[in-house]
Amino acid sequence: MRLSSYSFLVVFGLVATVFSVTPLALAWLWARAFSPRKSGPIKNAVYECGLEGKATGWLQFRPEYYLYGIVFLIFDVEAIFLLPFAVAFKGLSAAACAAMLIFIFLLVEGLVWAWAKGVLAWK
Amino acid sequence: MTDDKLREELSRQGILATTFAELYNWGRKNSIWPLQFGLACCAIEMISASMARFDISRFGAEVFRPSPRQADLMIVAGTVTKKMAPQVVRLYDQMPEPKYVIAMGACAISGGPFKQGYNVLKGIDRYIPVDVHIPGCPPRPEALLDALMFLQDKIERQPLTGPGRPRHLDVSAPSEFPVPAFGAHDLVPTKNPALWQEPPLTRQD
Repeated sequence: MRLSSYSFLVVFGLVATVFSVTPLALAWLWARAFSPRKSGPIKNAVYECGLEGKATGWLQFRPEYYLYGIVFLIFDVEAIFLLPFAVAFKGLSAAACAAMLIFIFLLVEGLVWAWAKGVLAWK
Repeated sequence: MTDDKLREELSRQGILATTFAELYNWGRKNSIWPLQFGLACCAIEMISASMARFDISRFGAEVFRPSPRQADLMIVAGTVTKKMAPQVVRLYDQMPEPKYVIAMGACAISGGPFKQGYNVLKGIDRYIPVDVHIPGCPPRPEALLDALMFLQDKIERQPLTGPGRPRHLDVSAPSEFPVPAFGAHDLVPTKNPALWQEPPLTRQD
């Protein structure tokens, strides 16, 4: 049988699966046979810092995180793009320059919006 | 194969004979991973023991684990306040078998100089089974290493069956010890009666 040029992916996937599952299965079998059976509610508790869990993990999170997301984009991601933009500025074509300016414009718009909303004020 | 002279003779001839129990105990005693936590000044000596000068890794016990799930040895290093005692007992309960406890320093074994304090537990052995007690205030790192070697000897000599076998091979041994709760005046219960009883007072007069 001749392998087509992509069939090595299948072989690779199979080997990766066997390679990862076998140690887990062996460990599971070993534990089934030899591990001491000393279990209990405290030992199986989720928390392992010595304290008890106070409530369930299924609670509502505040949605205000989106503000941090937007401000992170403006101050961090934009800075990352601005530096290579400045370095390569002389060699850029007009279209690339326009695309970059649109990107900056969108983020500056977000900055103006966040500023107007009072997010940047220290409370 | 329990004939010591025969084994000595064999090893002189270059033949290593061992038993399963010895191999098992050899593995147990050379990989005692402590739980990484300290309660008071004894912890500084414990940290010192883990550093280069005293080098606890010579005994295979340098891998201080931040989680009780991966730890074998609890070094109770320092004063156990009544506020902290439930956490210590719960951490001990969460450690997997086989597990050992070294009570390090005067406070951990008896309350030490703070014994009369209203908020100090008078020895962690009231709630969890302690394998080795180290006196000292604080004990030197050498004392901790001595306790570790003592524990290693203890493990090495343990039979795997019959009386005196390790707790994890004893089905009747409890898997967890009750965690005390804060009561109105003291921890409730004040001790685990299965582990610790007040020594009888004898008046000499």
